Amino acid sequence: MTDEELIWRISGGSGDGIASTSQNFAKALMRSGLNVFTHRHYPSRIRGGHTYTEIRAAADPVESRGDGYNFLLALGDSFARNPQEGAVYGNEEIKPLSENLDELREGGVIVYDEGLLDPSEIPNFEERVEENGWHVFPLDLRGLARDMGREVMRNTAGVGATCALIGMDLEHVEDLMRDAMPEKILDPNLEILETAYDMVREEYDVDAVEVSVPTGEHEETQLLMSGSDAISYGAIDEGCRFIAGYPMTPWTEVFTIMTQNLPELGGISEQVEDEIAAAALAVGASHAGVKAMSGSSGGGFALMSEPLGLAEMTETPLVLVEAMRAGPSTGMPTKPEQSDLEHVLYTSQGDSQRVVLAPGTVAEAYEQSRLAFRLAYEYQIPTILLYDQKLGGELVNVPKSHFDREPNPTLGKTLSEEELAEQPHSADGKFHRFQHDVEDGVTPRSIPGQKGGRYLATGNEHDPTGHISESPDNRVAQIDRRTQKLEAIRADLDTEDTSSYAGPDDAEYGVLTFGSQQGTVEEAVGRLNDAGVSVKSLGVSDMLPFPTEEVRTFIESVEEVLVVEMTASGQFRGLVQKNLGQYGEKLSSLLKYNGNPFEPAEIVDGFEAAIIEGDGDASGHQTTFVPAAGD
Amino acid sequence: MSTFSAIGEEREIDRDEYTPTVEPQPTWCPGCGDFSVLKALKQALPEVGRTPEETLLCTGIGCSGKLNSYLDTYGFHTIHGRSLPVARAAKLANPDLEVIAAGGDGDGYGIGGNHFIHTARENHDMTYIVFNNEIFGLTKGQTSPTSPKGHKSKTQPHGSAKEPLKPLSLSLNAGASYVARTAAVNPNQAKEILIEAIEHDGFAHVDFLTQCPTWNKDARQYVPYIDVNESDDYEFDKTDRVEAAAMMRTTEEALYDGEVLTGRFYVDEDRPSYGQEKRQIGEMPEEPLAERYWDDDYEWERSYDRFVDKHE
Repeated sequence: MTDEELIWRISGGSGDGIASTSQNFAKALMRSGLNVFTHRHYPSRIRGGHTYTEIRAAADPVESRGDGYNFLLALGDSFARNPQEGAVYGNEEIKPLSENLDELREGGVIVYDEGLLDPSEIPNFEERVEENGWHVFPLDLRGLARDMGREVMRNTAGVGATCALIGMDLEHVEDLMRDAMPEKILDPNLEILETAYDMVREEYDVDAVEVSVPTGEHEETQLLMSGSDAISYGAIDEGCRFIAGYPMTPWTEVFTIMTQNLPELGGISEQVEDEIAAAALAVGASHAGVKAMSGSSGGGFALMSEPLGLAEMTETPLVLVEAMRAGPSTGMPTKPEQSDLEHVLYTSQGDSQRVVLAPGTVAEAYEQSRLAFRLAYEYQIPTILLYDQKLGGELVNVPKSHFDREPNPTLGKTLSEEELAEQPHSADGKFHRFQHDVEDGVTPRSIPGQKGGRYLATGNEHDPTGHISESPDNRVAQIDRRTQKLEAIRADLDTEDTSSYAGPDDAEYGVLTFGSQQGTVEEAVGRLNDAGVSVKSLGVSDMLPFPTEEVRTFIESVEEVLVVEMTASGQFRGLVQKNLGQYGEKLSSLLKYNGNPFEPAEIVDGFEAAIIEGDGDASGHQTTFVPAAGD
Repeated sequence: MSTFSAIGEEREIDRDEYTPTVEPQPTWCPGCGDFSVLKALKQALPEVGRTPEETLLCTGIGCSGKLNSYLDTYGFHTIHGRSLPVARAAKLANPDLEVIAAGGDGDGYGIGGNHFIHTARENHDMTYIVFNNEIFGLTKGQTSPTSPKGHKSKTQPHGSAKEPLKPLSLSLNAGASYVARTAAVNPNQAKEILIEAIEHDGFAHVDFLTQCPTWNKDARQYVPYIDVNESDDYEFDKTDRVEAAAMMRTTEEALYDGEVLTGRFYVDEDRPSYGQEKRQIGEMPEEPLAERYWDDDYEWERSYDRFVDKHE
């Protein structure tokens, strides 16, 4: 696979510019005609601590981080503190070179900063290099950067060395630097880039290197974008002009993108005292006639349970985004997991109703962000977009045309004053905002300030005017009507094509997954089929209302199903069984909850061990197999 | 017809317009101070020229939350402690609305205390009325944040070990630009203070002493009251925050000695409201955001046109 794809890992210290360097390099690879996919790993620290980004680039579509890596650029951690200097994290200086070194593929390349990293600290380094046929290049990247500019520019030196070794032209990298850098730092950076490039080509036999940059071509212009970008742009295109929030990783990305753009779009962003307020502000703004959103990650979302229920009861349109990270409690703040699924589905008291969508890819994140707003406003119901640190942070290329769509700022079933005049009112002029018998359960709303639209919104059960009522007949009528909306939304979603399929229709086995694991599963299914295993996959996005019949059809069509998810307790498998009420003996689980997303090989090996061999023992991987009932 | 033609409408307003026909008589207990808040609002709103349909009243939960059922305006009866974040967002979404929030002492100073501090800090242009009866009434008489030290109840059987919260001082320190206290037994002053509070361009906090004859029988009926702005015994400048702070402290301590001091304690007419501040730095549109969704000529910018360049 070495000749077909590049998986380039840049590692160093948190705060050393790893993220920006890798973003630019990913873009350069994309511009050269390749498909790219990035994977970020970072600690919950301001500065220092091992961080890395992997960029996978290939001529064929790339749907996951891939397996391991074949090029390591280890820059060293300029903020690492050794124990003598009193750091509580111990000596992490060697980690950029040592961490996951066994995942470097045979024949892979190591470039490391010899000024910062000493491989003699790594046990058996020389033997391992020889054993694996690694090509090692100790370079004084920091020294080179210091001589020609500043030490921080060693990232650029590393990129120059990379290009020399993989046979990549500097053109795209230089173009990006010219776009992004002010003149003052552009010139030294260009000089460092070229010097490092020339130096490597002169001093080493680069032709002996087995890793090379693939060549590819795009049929149309591509954009490099993250899930957080896509979610934000979807919101903006649906006319969302109000956001309220409180910082929390990884949700902060969406909050930041929105906040940086809303003022120029004539919108409003509010950073508030806590997440209860954040969601309540979104409710208040929406009630007053503005398309509004809020969001958080698990801990902050927990605080939103109350306003979520209020939005449902008052039928105030509301979009919340929930960026999952590993829990419980503070958990692992910068690591992905999908274990807030049940939290998001069920939190808030009573028979509360909501819509939950879990997009599988960056492209879907844009579409389903828009869909979340459409459903929330058309059906006057809270809609939650559930994603995770993986989808939010990974950069992938998406065709530019995917975003070439018209905005939709409509408020849904909202009445003008002329229309309000035709609606039922009480004798004192109160508008019947919550009528009992209406199509799809959606009763049109007015906006405060409109003549003839006066009503009471309340979290208490209420009669058609909003007046608090505990009448049994009214109670049944109202709760039935609100529940009816879910059926209408299910029918609506059936026209939306939110699910994703891979593999042959008539496959013998199935893999079921949801949300951000979709691409990795699809890649694994492709490999399994290439290896002669007859398997197909279904990636589900509609968590609530659940596509029961679609999933039933899928399960019925195969012998056995492996459910893949990043939870420890099999929450998605539980959701499937809850909705379908059967198939306990047909569904087994492959789980991963160590803080890192699945690699495709883990799913391939896990599937073979679980389904083909039947014992579930996929040795060497940190995944967990949970057999079907009765096995 | 414009989108929100109730807003800014010039017409005679009859006090009865605020009385709903569904439940014209409140279910508060006989002798409850809450009646006075309702009455004072029904008097104040016509005087400031705000009609039921340009007014949004947001309440919390408790006896005070029932205000929404008895005052006929656009209403949002929210959840316990959360009237302020709902109300202030509505004001940001449509600054032309007259936004009033109301709740009890448990609602505003206890469970909603964080929102109270921050809404005051931000100085949103709205009125916040706290029905302060020093007790949890609707849940039948538990000790509240403003109950006096030593207050005995089923939840504090040995008498509360806590000093009561000092709402006026808290409000001033948090950043409210209008702070007053009135009492149910003083309807004329209550009406005047509410008028001033509604007309004030900033966060106007009115601590409204509302006796609870059912669950706080031991408490005073908040009589006799003294208006500190009129009494010769007290002299302070309500526009001076140091003098205001001292007067508040005296007032808060006096309440627990049986002396009911009321009046305007702090008034800052110069401080810009949050909306003004936000417009000043370009983070809020000049025209009410809520109106844009009804403007057929408005060109909604597409993300495609705004963002794609930086991703190419």
